Amino acid sequence: MGFFIEVVIAGLMNGVLYALVALGFVLIFKASGVFNFAQGAMVLFAALAMARFAEWLPEWLGFESLLLANILAFAIAAFLMFLFAWAVERLVLRHLVNQEGVVLLMATLGITFFIDGFGQTIFGSDIYAINLGLPTEPTFILEGMFPGGLLINTDDLITALMAMAMVALLTLFFQKTGTGRALRAVADDHQAAQSVGIPLGRMWIIVWFMAGLTALVAGMIWGEKMGVQFALTFVALKALPVIILGGLTSVPGAIVAGLIIGVSEQLAEVYIGPLVGGGIQIWFAYVLAMVVLLFRPQGLFGEKIIDRV
Amino acid sequence: MSKKKIGEVILDVHNISLRFGGVKALSDISFDVREHEIRAIIGPNGAGKSSMLNCINGVYKPQEGSITFRGQTFKHMNSRQVAELGVARTFQNLALFKGMSVIDNLMTGRNLRIKSNLLLQALRWGPAEREESEHREKVERIIDFLEIQAYRKTAVGQLPYGLQKRVDLGRALAMEPQVLLLDEPMAGMNVEEKQDMCRFVLDVNDEFGTTIVLIEHDMSVVMDISDRVVVLDYGKKIGDGSPGEVRANPDVISAYLGTSH
Repeated sequence: MGFFIEVVIAGLMNGVLYALVALGFVLIFKASGVFNFAQGAMVLFAALAMARFAEWLPEWLGFESLLLANILAFAIAAFLMFLFAWAVERLVLRHLVNQEGVVLLMATLGITFFIDGFGQTIFGSDIYAINLGLPTEPTFILEGMFPGGLLINTDDLITALMAMAMVALLTLFFQKTGTGRALRAVADDHQAAQSVGIPLGRMWIIVWFMAGLTALVAGMIWGEKMGVQFALTFVALKALPVIILGGLTSVPGAIVAGLIIGVSEQLAEVYIGPLVGGGIQIWFAYVLAMVVLLFRPQGLFGEKIIDRV
Repeated sequence: MSKKKIGEVILDVHNISLRFGGVKALSDISFDVREHEIRAIIGPNGAGKSSMLNCINGVYKPQEGSITFRGQTFKHMNSRQVAELGVARTFQNLALFKGMSVIDNLMTGRNLRIKSNLLLQALRWGPAEREESEHREKVERIIDFLEIQAYRKTAVGQLPYGLQKRVDLGRALAMEPQVLLLDEPMAGMNVEEKQDMCRFVLDVNDEFGTTIVLIEHDMSVVMDISDRVVVLDYGKKIGDGSPGEVRANPDVISAYLGTSH
């Protein structure tokens, strides 16, 4: 029983990260109807900026503190993501208002290639470490309940908490603020939103910036675990089954589906894996997504698509 | 109706022409709207009524002409500016925020008036909390006015058509507009719903003194509630005056009924 719970917890921690990346997709899709292919590239770009500035700043400014370096680097990376959001609205989205979804999709593909290349040109294309200075030694909890207790990695736990805080902040922002309400309005109907004086351009900048921030937090956490490298863009691919499962338009859907996929792939790997020779974790999520597509094309929480004939 | 006080010209549309490529949607249209009046724009299908409204609203940019609003003259408007000036609109084919509740839909109408900053709003802190509840009060008053109290928490997409039209009107009212543009508010309604809507339009005009520009298809409705009527046909103005005058105008009769040659 103890082992089972350990597996579930490990899965949940991965799941929180999947949810975070998936949220980036959902935010942009909701507000502008664009499926943003660049989300993965944004994760890489943000993580690269964070890793490199955390390395450069102490050299340039001559201080030692790891915490200070990380905080400053995070702030700079966040600012870069803001500039990025601004540039995307100014240079791309503004010129494509009222275009077909496919056109916008292609535009985000273009953005993907651009920031992949651009990021690696400025920041370099090696593998870089992000060191958040988290304690790495595993701890045992609930030793009274299970023989030997449950083994948990402290840094996993802390990063999962960070991701959860980010998700909570986003939910608060969307549900409780006037700007959040305006964003939901833009998501539902552009023309009507304009008629009540909601500025589309500014809303798009805000939502791309939000997606940029989730990319930064996700990139920071994955970077801390496995180093900042090109493979980070593939983490975003894991978000695809999450979105399919949760529904492309649902924020809670992204969160729940992220957790479901995290846990189920971990369980499948441990319990079914040995029967078929392992390696299940790589494809399990996609198969799960395919099954969901067969029975509920709109995802578990998505809006049902009803067209009037 | 006669006791109503009609004021100065608030909106003056001057020689507006609008083309889409080679298609002339509007040619050389001029008319004015006086404060507190109900001004109707009527015409057969494709006459350019909605195009006219969209020019005033800043959705379309006319190639020629100008629009004067409260003494300020514009070549063309943009949506944000129009909203800030105090012009609200409703839509012919409902454009509501379907996933959001009735209250939230109306609250978006307050968007331009929310002053406190984002962080305070998120935390529901002091002044932001007070501001939110002030806006909420205004919205509740409109909900009472439109008699949709029972549906305030319902997602708009689940309401029947007639009620959705009311929510559309409510969202526009939440902006506390000086001028309200209504794009076929009675389209697709049954007789009862039409009567309700007429009553609301008249009440808005009466109680809040809102100037109303109304596009309508249904002649009988228009003649009953409006003070003055503009008639468009094929993008040209063919009549302008009181309902009685317009009804007697031979051009209008032929546009609506056809003539024998």
